[in-house]
Amino acid sequence: MATLQTRATARLMMSPAVILLFLWMIVPLAMTLYFSFLRYNLLMPGTEEYIGVVNYQYFLTDPAFFTALGNTLMLVGGTLLITVIGGILLALVLDQPFFGQGIVRLLVIAPFFVMPTVSALVWKNMLMHPVNGLFAWIARTFGFQPIDWFAQLPLFSIILIVAWQWLPFATLILLTALQSLDGEQIEAAEMDGAGVFSRFYYLVLPHLSRAITVVILIQTIFLLSVFAEILVTTNGGPGIQTTNITYLIYMQALLQFDVGGASAGGIVAVVLANIVAFFLIRLIGKNLER
Amino acid sequence: MGSITLEKVSKSFGTTTVIPEIDLEIDNGEFVVFVGPSGCGKSTLLRMIAGLEDLSAGRIVIDGKDMSNEAPAHRGLSMVFQSYALYPHMSVYQNIAFPLKMDGQDKATIDKKVRDAANILNLANYLDRRPGQLSGGQRQRVAIGRAIVRQPKAFLFDEPLSNLDAALRGNMRLEISDLHHQLQTTMIYVTHDQVEAMTMADKIVVLNAGRIEQVGSPLDLYRSPRNVFVAGFIGSPRMNLIEGPEAARHDAATLGVRPEHVKISTTEGAWKGTVGVSEHLGSDTFIHVQTESAGKITVRTDGDFTAEHGQPVYLTPDAPRMHRFGADGQAIQRT
Repeated sequence: MATLQTRATARLMMSPAVILLFLWMIVPLAMTLYFSFLRYNLLMPGTEEYIGVVNYQYFLTDPAFFTALGNTLMLVGGTLLITVIGGILLALVLDQPFFGQGIVRLLVIAPFFVMPTVSALVWKNMLMHPVNGLFAWIARTFGFQPIDWFAQLPLFSIILIVAWQWLPFATLILLTALQSLDGEQIEAAEMDGAGVFSRFYYLVLPHLSRAITVVILIQTIFLLSVFAEILVTTNGGPGIQTTNITYLIYMQALLQFDVGGASAGGIVAVVLANIVAFFLIRLIGKNLER
Repeated sequence: MGSITLEKVSKSFGTTTVIPEIDLEIDNGEFVVFVGPSGCGKSTLLRMIAGLEDLSAGRIVIDGKDMSNEAPAHRGLSMVFQSYALYPHMSVYQNIAFPLKMDGQDKATIDKKVRDAANILNLANYLDRRPGQLSGGQRQRVAIGRAIVRQPKAFLFDEPLSNLDAALRGNMRLEISDLHHQLQTTMIYVTHDQVEAMTMADKIVVLNAGRIEQVGSPLDLYRSPRNVFVAGFIGSPRMNLIEGPEAARHDAATLGVRPEHVKISTTEGAWKGTVGVSEHLGSDTFIHVQTESAGKITVRTDGDFTAEHGQPVYLTPDAPRMHRFGADGQAIQRT
């Protein structure tokens, strides 16, 4: 009896927090859903009316949508590629004992603490600027034509900046995973005649697979909604070359004042994120079964 | 093929010397056990032979070739680790096949060798499982399987049975001894358990603080320990070591007599004492007696002997089987 009562009390006590969190999530979602079926433009107040799926039609047939979708996937994929490979390499290096290890580890983690707007500005004005940037200076020193990063390679530049921010995260997770690898296994492989690369391929990589999955999952969630870096550096341009879904929705809502269209875009983004999440969860589940 | 010679091998980490110069000869086909208390350097010595630790000085010669600076894989030895060090994401088959695959052998040969090894070790039904799905004894066998497929010149075992329960340990001890008779390959086995050393070894190397105290066959060590350390370490229960006037009476600093070489009687004997704890094992009884002249003595007697706690008894040591040690701890030769 006591346990039944305790359980009931526990539920009662928990309910305010749970209800608050639920409302916190469901109210904005419901309102977005509601707005997405309205003609709702901030320039024409008072003319809101139900228009069915027209907003969705416009958003999904907009040629910019497919470009933005492609850009989003490129951004996520490119960043994941750089951070996972770079993270593994950095983790392998940082796992070796060397002088000043503590300081170096701290410095490697540092970019993660810099907020996205600041790091994007630093990259834009101090590193990638075609006249004043460090990269331009290096190029000129060696007698090359400096690259105008945001004009010539806009999406790649954004990927570079975002990857720089997320590399520490990947490194940190992979380094801790690496440190939990049993030293005797490596020694056994050494005695079995496995060279450095075989040991990496047959022992280290499988050992890291779970950590890599976690890195991919968490980063994907955050990378789908990259915004500040684009706003600060390219404003989605040139043209729409660096516009991802998040930025496209922002343009609809706050540059074209089309709240209805933006809401429809938001719902589309939620659906897309869920599709991605579905595949990721399956990937994780497969990896955790081992 | 598998003789190993250590010549003036030593090892130090920074300023601490773990192993001062050691010379040791291991013949082909021998089962050699390194035994000693924990921290005596026996595992380090094994790892040096394996090539996992560098030598600070000296030479390791395997089959007449100087292997001191050779990589572990090129020494032709295989090792079974204390934690087994199986590859957790590979099946039993892949684990056993791994050294062959690294050696670049073709699939058919690998398959045959793996299945042969699995048959020897009773693993044929488990080849598709992962190490996580096996019991301790089975994992142990997989580790041994991975070692034997390479057909090494010698096997190195680093306390392989210490993670198993007592019954399984007894079984695996027999299996490893059996394996040695089947394969006739040199084996070096590290343990801190003197029972394992006594039961399995052709030759025991007793180590203490990195030094070799004595090398010999199990019965050699049992019958004529060269010093107090070996006397106290080999044999179970421990040899009684008597100091003081009773030892001086026999012209020794320390007098050693094994529990099985003391007669106990309720009526007459050399040392009078009272019974403390009696341990009844069924076949034997160990009786701890507090004597007046010789201190605490453990006696091994047959299982039928019963003694009350506090009962007065008399002990008589078997004089020809007593061991006398000088003040430096070395044995004094019988004249």
